[in-house]
Amino acid sequence: MSTIADRTVDFPGAEAPARQYNIDANGVQIAVHEWGDAGAPPLLAVHGGFDFARTYDLFAPRLAACGWRVVAWDQRGHGDSEHAELYSWDADMRDALAVFDHVKPGAPLPVVGHSKGGALMTQLADAQPFRFTHLVNMDGIPYKRNIPDIAEHERTKMMASDIESWLDHRRRTADLQRKPGTIDELAARRARMNPRLEIDWLRRLVTTGGFESDEGWRWKIDSSMRFGGFGPWRPEWTLMRLPGLPIPFLGILGSEMEEMGWGTPPKKVLPYMPMQGRCEVLDNVGHFVHIEQPQRVADLVLDFLGDAQ
Amino acid sequence: MTASTPTMLRHNKIDLALHCLRQASDPSTRPLLLLHGLGDHTPATVPGWADSWTGVVAGLDFTGHGASSIPSGGGYTAELLLGDADAALASLVEQSPDGKISVLGRGLGAYIALQLAGARSAQVHGAILLDGPGLAGGPTGPTSQSFFSLPPATQTPDPYALVELGRDLRPPDYVRSFVHLAIANSDLDEPISVCSVFRPEWLAEVASEHGVMEVSLAEALAAYL
Repeated sequence: MSTIADRTVDFPGAEAPARQYNIDANGVQIAVHEWGDAGAPPLLAVHGGFDFARTYDLFAPRLAACGWRVVAWDQRGHGDSEHAELYSWDADMRDALAVFDHVKPGAPLPVVGHSKGGALMTQLADAQPFRFTHLVNMDGIPYKRNIPDIAEHERTKMMASDIESWLDHRRRTADLQRKPGTIDELAARRARMNPRLEIDWLRRLVTTGGFESDEGWRWKIDSSMRFGGFGPWRPEWTLMRLPGLPIPFLGILGSEMEEMGWGTPPKKVLPYMPMQGRCEVLDNVGHFVHIEQPQRVADLVLDFLGDAQ
Repeated sequence: MTASTPTMLRHNKIDLALHCLRQASDPSTRPLLLLHGLGDHTPATVPGWADSWTGVVAGLDFTGHGASSIPSGGGYTAELLLGDADAALASLVEQSPDGKISVLGRGLGAYIALQLAGARSAQVHGAILLDGPGLAGGPTGPTSQSFFSLPPATQTPDPYALVELGRDLRPPDYVRSFVHLAIANSDLDEPISVCSVFRPEWLAEVASEHGVMEVSLAEALAAYL
């Protein structure tokens, strides 16, 4: 167990985890963070891409207060987890299974996932439904992003630019470090991607998802990671898995589109709800539903899951 | 860079072995980069079928293969190997008379050779796609998936590489876009040659595209010297 960093910026309602430790996920050290009583029933919380477990500092305590042991982990390369040599969707899935097996081996668990974490867990619930009692997907239902009015040759040019830029980045990653700055500078940078979140929350994120070096604060996330990218995977392939999920499912979507979201129009995904599923659309809420409205979303989740005991 | 002592290239946190199998007998000829198949490694000497090449002949061991390093916990993708091949490209263009190389891939290496030809079309003169291990790849669309874990590998090939790269997605339209990219910036009318006997769906798609030759290996090598 490690001690909680005391440089953490305060934010009303936010609480540090009660416990933090590492597990070995097939050779990669994964940092696990827990809120609530160690003997309470476990509830897994999975963060989104370019986030980390401590982004649940506002949301997890609300679930823990109602009798849950909330267990979140930093995905490889994120937060306090090890910077791995390789990153992929399957590798994230494998790390997740190591956490499932650590928390309550052989028993199904309720799971909440945000953004990429929601998409990961939707795919896992399709592949291994026996691991889930319930699944809550918070603004992590991928949907095909249409870029209208662009000719095929223009799309090809965009792909060329994406790939070349990615390869150029890969040539630099061996020595790359995240840009240092003050807490305010890093928070301001993050605000460009999270324009709806309060600056004081983003300042807290710097102190939970960053570290202080001689040159200033830097984000902990592996510098080889990059927003965007390319590959053969299509968002709609995850959407196709939704109708067949054989477990209770709750989708929570924010109505306001944001850069870090999937750009999922609620009316497009509602027909894909599973038989034991429903979707709540929160008006005037962005991608980070659980940070913008932690109590409202916690109430939805608690009502969906029922009594922790 | 010798056959016994490869040059080690750094690709992010991986050390990649680039083997020089033969120096150029004709310095005006561009280098040929060999990309091996799934679970394989660079041969110790220039294969007989590549003997006609008069430029540098080099071979890259992909991540988790041959003399390259093994990552912990897997996470392989074809796009990662594209990054590997790009590291080799960056090294070999320095030995090229015109800043370009040709690339020849077997099996999985053929798929990566196509990607490299599309991604770095200004620096890849020609790409030759040959039969070899891992040519088929995985599905072309979503499937029911299995997830698994393996004990840490102590030698190459890394078992995670064998499994993850053996089932990587190769949708035809994704593959086609690499063909289009390769053609768009090439000096040649036909910068890609399909020389394989086996044509899995993705490769049949490539072979049917304008700008792709279906020729013998000897003809392809002669065309891309």
